[in-house]
Amino acid sequence: MGRIIVITSGKGGVGKTTTSAAIAMGLAKKGHKTVVIDFDVGLRNLDLVMGCERRVVYDLINVINEESSLNQALIKDKRCNQLFILPASQTRDKDALSQEGIEKILNQLKKEFKYIVCDSPAGIERGAQLAMYFADDAFVVTNPEVSSVRDSDRMLGILASKSQRAENDEEPIQEYLLLSRYSPSRVKMGEMLSVEDVQEILSMDLLGVVPESQAVLNASNKGIPVILDEQSDAGQAYADIVARYLGEEREHRFIDEEKKGLFGKLFRSK
Amino acid sequence: MSLLNYFRSTKPNSASVAKDRLQILVAHERATRNQPSYLPELQKELLAVIQKYVNVNDDAITVSFEQEDNQEMLELNIVLPEESTK
Ligand SMILES: Nc1ncnc2c1ncn2[C@@H]1O[C@H](COP(=O)(O)OP(=O)(O)OP(=O)(O)O)[C@@H](O)[C@H]1O
Ligand SMILES: [Mg+2]
Repeated sequence: MGRIIVITSGKGGVGKTTTSAAIAMGLAKKGHKTVVIDFDVGLRNLDLVMGCERRVVYDLINVINEESSLNQALIKDKRCNQLFILPASQTRDKDALSQEGIEKILNQLKKEFKYIVCDSPAGIERGAQLAMYFADDAFVVTNPEVSSVRDSDRMLGILASKSQRAENDEEPIQEYLLLSRYSPSRVKMGEMLSVEDVQEILSMDLLGVVPESQAVLNASNKGIPVILDEQSDAGQAYADIVARYLGEEREHRFIDEEKKGLFGKLFRSK
Repeated sequence: MSLLNYFRSTKPNSASVAKDRLQILVAHERATRNQPSYLPELQKELLAVIQKYVNVNDDAITVSFEQEDNQEMLELNIVLPEESTK
């Protein structure tokens, strides 16, 4: 049976879609059959970040309304044959999402896929609640910034009370903190909340830190999940996150300021 | 370098301000997260009843709700004025 991972945050624009694309590709590249679903109905963006926007024919709502089969709507990734994308609808709104419809699709996908990654829309309303309702694991994407941290905490409350696991009194959703757009230099200057600060406030285990990185924009410009940019800091951060999620031990990186240039290196070397 | 650090640390550090604010806010929001939605209405009505008998201010009463395992507790706090009869 597959495992459902929701990528959620409460606050908008913190890096959920970037993370969904990277994590899904990372899991698939590790050999796990993975599907990533865009729950952001009305705003569809995952297809662009994944670079498959021109291959979208059917979407999630079509499948819910039985206007297409699930297999017709799934887009197979061209770079990794273990990865599939289920795009959101651009023309309907969130009301077209029904809980029964979602449940049916997820149950079908669970039989075929090892991991089902759900890219949640922003907010704490219906769309976001449906995206997390059936989840087994939640990656809470947080920026080191006051409103993002507050919204993450509200999302934790919702995960703990309004999910299927909560309502059925089952083992709670496993929550993972993913701190994104982190700037070690600004943390050092006392201008940005540190990893420890955010962990302390939210009392969550840290899955990984993704640094503020030019590679992210670069990758989304080209429609390539940033994890495929293996030279980049963000790409490596996401690779670590996938490995840690799968149970590998990886030391945390990108938390301290990067050593600057040759000069810094010369002075540092013992 | 240490001089620079000295000046830096005497300036108010915005990250630590953020942390303090968030810790207070998050604690408060967690405490009120599970409280029933009738609470504000209950508080208003209780206040009206009490004010019929005692001359108290509008902020003299606080109602709080706590949940522990399977036990729910409603705590009612009324501050009576020195001269408590109307
Ligand atoms: N680590 C990062 N470094 C730099 N830029 C980033 C990083 N992560 C995300 N971004 C940028 O932030 C913007 C928002 O990212 P993204 O679309 O992934 O967020 P989102 O949480 O899915 O947003 P929404 O809530 O609107 O769905 C994008 O322009 C993206 O390129
Ligand atoms: Mg998004």
